[in-house]
Amino acid sequence: MELKDKLVSSFLAFEENLDPNENLDTLRNEAIKNFETLGFPGKKDEDWKYTSLNSVLKHDYSVFPKKEDAIEYRDIKKYLIHDIDTYDLVFIDGIYSSHLSQTTHDKIDVCLMSAALNKDKYSAVIENYYNKVAPKTSLNSLNTAFAREGAFIHIHKNTQADKPIQIINFATGNESALMLQPRNLVVVDENSHVQIIERHQSLTDHPVLTNSVTEIFADKRAIIDYYKIQNDKSSASLIDNTFINQKGESNVSVHTFSFGGKLTRNNLHFYQNGERIDSTMKGVTIIEDKQHVDHNTLVHHIEPNCESHQNYKGIFDDKAVGVFNGKVVVEKEAQKTNAYQSNNNILANDKATINSKPQLEIFADDVRCSHGCTIGQLDEEALFYLQSRGIPRKEARGLLMYAFANNVLESVKIPEVKKRINKLIAGKLGVELGFNL
Amino acid sequence: MAYTEDDLKKELETKEYEYGFYTDIESDTFPVGLNEDIVRAISKKKEEPEWMTQWRLEAFREWEKMEEPDWANVNYPKPDFQAISYYSAPNKKPKYDSLDEVDPELLDTFKRLGISLDEQKKLAGVAVDVVMDSVSVTTTFKKTLAEKGIIFCSISEAIKEHPDLVKKYLGTVVPQKDNFYAALNSAVFSDGSFCYIPKGVRCPMELSTYFRINQAGTGQFERTLVVADESSYVSYLEGCTAPSRDENQLHAAVVELIALDDAEIKYSTVQNWFPGNKEGKGGVFNFVTKRGLCEKGAKISWTQVETGSAVTWKYPSCILKGDNSVGEFYSIAVTNNFQQADTGTKMIHLGKNTKSTIISKGISAGKSQNSYRGLVQINGRAQNARNFSQCDSLLMGNECGAHTFPYIEVKNKSAQVEHEATTSKIGEDQIFYCNQRGIDTEKAIALIVNGFSKEVLNKLPMEFAVEAQKLLEISLEGSVG
Repeated sequence: MELKDKLVSSFLAFEENLDPNENLDTLRNEAIKNFETLGFPGKKDEDWKYTSLNSVLKHDYSVFPKKEDAIEYRDIKKYLIHDIDTYDLVFIDGIYSSHLSQTTHDKIDVCLMSAALNKDKYSAVIENYYNKVAPKTSLNSLNTAFAREGAFIHIHKNTQADKPIQIINFATGNESALMLQPRNLVVVDENSHVQIIERHQSLTDHPVLTNSVTEIFADKRAIIDYYKIQNDKSSASLIDNTFINQKGESNVSVHTFSFGGKLTRNNLHFYQNGERIDSTMKGVTIIEDKQHVDHNTLVHHIEPNCESHQNYKGIFDDKAVGVFNGKVVVEKEAQKTNAYQSNNNILANDKATINSKPQLEIFADDVRCSHGCTIGQLDEEALFYLQSRGIPRKEARGLLMYAFANNVLESVKIPEVKKRINKLIAGKLGVELGFNL
Repeated sequence: MAYTEDDLKKELETKEYEYGFYTDIESDTFPVGLNEDIVRAISKKKEEPEWMTQWRLEAFREWEKMEEPDWANVNYPKPDFQAISYYSAPNKKPKYDSLDEVDPELLDTFKRLGISLDEQKKLAGVAVDVVMDSVSVTTTFKKTLAEKGIIFCSISEAIKEHPDLVKKYLGTVVPQKDNFYAALNSAVFSDGSFCYIPKGVRCPMELSTYFRINQAGTGQFERTLVVADESSYVSYLEGCTAPSRDENQLHAAVVELIALDDAEIKYSTVQNWFPGNKEGKGGVFNFVTKRGLCEKGAKISWTQVETGSAVTWKYPSCILKGDNSVGEFYSIAVTNNFQQADTGTKMIHLGKNTKSTIISKGISAGKSQNSYRGLVQINGRAQNARNFSQCDSLLMGNECGAHTFPYIEVKNKSAQVEHEATTSKIGEDQIFYCNQRGIDTEKAIALIVNGFSKEVLNKLPMEFAVEAQKLLEISLEGSVG
C-alpha cells in the first residue's frame, strides 16, 4: 500500500486512541482531509523541483510507534550538549522520556505538548497559537493530523529563560521503519528571551522519516535564538518545517547545521508582523556520499522598517546534492525594508550537484534588497601559500573550508554550541583544528 | 507658475502612444481560426515545397497536444487561438530595387515611425529587410551582400531558393515541439528573415529588420534563422513598433541562431510594441522563443531593450555546446502602467571552458510587474565553466513590483558561478543633487536611468543606442519616484 493511503486509513484508528480532553478533533479531521487531497509533494511542485521524496516514501513505515524503549543516559550523552546546564526535553520514538528530561514550570513553561493539549491551564495559549502560523501544505497537514507529542515552551512576559532548552528526538531500532511526527510550539511573550537547541537523532540503521513542525511566536521585543543540529545517520531523513511569526522589534535567529542524514529538507519561514523586526537565518551544510540537503527559506516582509539576513554556506563532496531556495517577499506597505541574502557553495567533487534559486519578489519601492550566490572552489593560491608554510594539503583544505564556513559560526551565541559545531565541522573535513573559541 | 510633478503626471497620463496609427493598405487576410487546412493554405499561399508543408503539419499536430504554459509571473486573458487570423499580407506585393517604386502610403508609415530608409541607407549603411505584416516588402543592399556570398532574404524566399540550408538548420535549435508558442509558430509562421554568412566572411554592415503588426486582429508569427558559418561574423538588429490597437494582439516569434566553429553572432533587439493604454487596456502579447547554439569557440551575444508589449514572455538563450564558446545576455526591460514582463535568459554550459555573462536591468514603474527569470546550468562535462550574472532592479512608485527568479544548477566542481541581484529605488538625494544644478526632476530621472542602463546600452550598435535611449525616456516619463 502506498504510504499516503496507509496514513489516511490509519487515521481512524489513531483518532480513537486520543485523549478525550483534547480539543483538536476538527483540526485533525480537516488536516487529514487536506493531506488526502494534496498528497505528498512531487517534482511538479515548484517548491520541490530539486528534491524528490520518492526514495524516502518507499519504505513501509510504522505510523504508531510502540512503547518507550529504555535508553540509558550514557548511550545518548554524546548527542546532548552536556557541558552546560540545560532544560532537556527528550523523546524516544516520539514518546516523552521522563527520566532523561528536565522540565520546569517556574516562571517559564518547558513541558510536553501532550500535557499542554490536555490541560485547561494551557488551553488559552493553545487556542491562540496552535496551528496558527503553519501554512496548510500537505506535509504540515499530515503533521497536524497525527501530531500528539513534542515540546511546549512558553516564556512569560519580561522573563529571561535561565538556561538554554534542548529538544532531542531519538529513534530506536524497535520498528523496521519508523515515521515520526513531532510538533513543537514556542511562545515567547513581550521582552522575553530564550535559547533553544533542537536535534533529531536516529540510534538505528532502520529507515526513519521525521516530519516535524515547529511553530514559533515572538511577541514584541522578544529575542529567540534557535539552533538546529542535523547530523543524523544515513538511514534517517528529516523534513523540518519551522514557521516563525514575529511582532514589532522582536529578534529571531535560526541557525541550521546540516552535516548528516539521507535527505534533509528545511522549510524555514519567517512572517514579520510588526515594525523594526530583525530576522536572521544562517546555515552551514557539509555533506558527502549521496546525501541531499534542501534549504527552503521564506521571509515575508509585511510592515515597514524591518530587516532580514540570510547566509547559507555549503560544501558538497562525492555525489551529494545541495539545494537552496530562498525567497524574500516585500509587500507594498513594507517600505524601508533591508533584506540581504547570500548563498555560497563549494563543490568538492564532479559528481556533486548544487541547485540554487535565490528569489526576490518586491512590491515596495523604498527598499534595499540584495542577494548573491556563488559556486566555486578553494583558491589554489591560498592552498599553495599554506603548503609552502609546511601545512599538508589536506589540513590546508580543511583550514580554508573552515574559514569559509566560519562567519556563520560567529553569530552563534552559546559558546558550548559553537564548540560542538566546530568539532563536528573538523570531523567532517577530516582535520584537527586546534582553535580555542 | 512652476511646473510641478502633478502637472508632469497629468501630461504623461494623457500622452498617447506616439506610434499609434493605422495604415490603410488592402490586406489579403485569411478567415479566423486554425486547423490543418489553414496550415496547408498558408503553406500553399507561400508556394512552399511539400517538405515544408509536412514540417508545418508536424508542428501543428504537436501543438494540438500541448497546453498553454502558465508558470510565468504574468496574468493576462488567455488568447483564443481560434479567433485569430493566421495570415495577412499586404496586397500589392512590391518587388522593387529602389524606394521610389514602393507604395507611398507605406513609405509614409515608416517615415512616421522614424524609419527613414534613405537616411539609414546613407548614414548607417544598414541593409533593411522591412517586414510589414509578415511579408517582406523591400530588401536593400542585397547586391552588396550577394558579392560577399551572404544570403539575407525573407525566410519564404530562402525556403524556395536555398532549401538545403533551411532544411539543414530550421528547427535544430528550437524544435517544433519545444514549447507551446514555438510549436504554434512552426505551424503557421508567415514570414521572417533568413541569413547565412559563409565561411570566414565578416558581414560588412549591420543587418536589420523592422517588424510591424498592422492589420487588426492578425497575430504575427515571424521566424528568423541566422546561420554563421565557421569563423564568420554578423551583427543583426531587430526593432519593432506597432500601432495602437484595442484588442490584444498576439505575437509569437521564433529566432534561431547557429554559430558554427569560431563564428560570432551579435543579435540586438529594440522592442517597442504597443504596451496598452494607461488603464491596461490593449497592448501586444509577446511570447517569443529565442535560442542560439554555439559550436567550438563560437560566441553569441543577445542584447535587448524591451520597453513595449502588454505582456512579455521572452528568454533568449545560449546553448554553449562547443568547447571555449561564449554566451552573453544584456537586457533592459522597462515596464510602466499595467505592463508585465517575465524575461531573462538560459545559459546551458555543455562544453569545456565555456563562459557566459548575464547583465539584466529591470525598471518598473506605474502598476507594472517586472520579473527576471534565468537559468544557468553547468553540466558534468563542462570543465572550467564560468558564469557571471547580475540582475539589478529599479522601482519607481510603490505600486509596481520587481521579481527575480534565478535558477542555478551546477554539476561540475571546477565551475565558477556568481550571481548577484539588487533592488532599490532612485535616491532622493540623487534627484536633489540634479535639481540643485538646475536639472528638472524628469530629466534627472532620465539621466539616472540612463546611467543605470549604461552597461547594456553600450552593447547596442550605435544607431540603436540612440533610439533605445529615447525609448527609455518615453517609457519612464511620469514615474517620478
